[in-house]
Amino acid sequence: MLAPMPTPSPSLLTASRAAFLAGLARCAPVALGVLAYGLVFGALAEQAGLSIGETAFMSAFVYSGSAQFVALGLWALPPPVLALAGTTLLINFRFFLIAATMNRVLRGWPRPRALLALFWVSDENWAITMTEGDRPNWGAFFLGTGVLLYLAWLSASILGYMLGAVVADPKRWGLDFAFTAMFLALAVGLARKRRAPLVWIASAGAALLADRLIGGSTPVLVGGLAGAAVAALRPRGSDAS
Amino acid sequence: MRPEVLLAFLAMAAVSYAIRVAGFLVGERLHKHPRLQAALDQLPAAILIALVVPLLAHGGPAEWLAAVIVLVAAWFVDLLLIPLALGVVCVVLLRAVI
Repeated sequence: MLAPMPTPSPSLLTASRAAFLAGLARCAPVALGVLAYGLVFGALAEQAGLSIGETAFMSAFVYSGSAQFVALGLWALPPPVLALAGTTLLINFRFFLIAATMNRVLRGWPRPRALLALFWVSDENWAITMTEGDRPNWGAFFLGTGVLLYLAWLSASILGYMLGAVVADPKRWGLDFAFTAMFLALAVGLARKRRAPLVWIASAGAALLADRLIGGSTPVLVGGLAGAAVAALRPRGSDAS
Repeated sequence: MRPEVLLAFLAMAAVSYAIRVAGFLVGERLHKHPRLQAALDQLPAAILIALVVPLLAHGGPAEWLAAVIVLVAAWFVDLLLIPLALGVVCVVLLRAVI
């Protein structure tokens, strides 16, 4: 995915390749967690009655962990296309907000290439990309994180399908906590760079409330929007709120 | 591969991708307004917090204590692997104890 720059001077290419590799490296611990969940997904897909080709196709093109797990829960033949598409919309609506923050990362990229790159946005690699701040070759860094997690998810889905029920319960190894720990650690990284306690409180409070009242995937949306609203409303020019 | 299964997955894929493109294109426009730009700047932290709060709310004392350990570790260590590994190890131990 590292398409050459408009004027491919060697130093520019080297710099973006270095950023790509940095993204790969920074994402490696997270890839282990994604790998574990991909194995579980593959095993469940086998139990749900999908073929191995269908499982691989789903992971390759839908590429959305939570939506794929929920789809297996709704699975029936013939597949309920509308219910599946509607659920995917609800679960993945948070990517509307997430993608809105990607303009800064992909700044300067030709529109078609930037839009294509959006396919590789997931919660995990987006979070890691954001904590990098305004680094040079930010887009190439993002692609490094994206490609690694994509390959991890796809290969683990297929492997998990083949291993089937042998795949252990991730809770036994504390792996269910890996994503919580990662999001927490990344939130601390962002919080250290830019202090906005009112935004954090609004986001956490709204997410908690939405979780209690509505549940599902709404807390991310409600919390994200509440935090952004507080940021928009606070007095201009003040950096501390 | 069964065609009706492929159709279902393609529908999911199309929805999932269209959301991102829509968000990106809207985000492009928001940059022109200072207040919306401020909102966009804080959006990553707000989304991250909103992702993690329900996960913790559904946990128990073992998860909460492990979360505190992760927070402290992440504050002092910049390398993601350390707080992550520490959190996973702590949660396994705490679940066994609590």
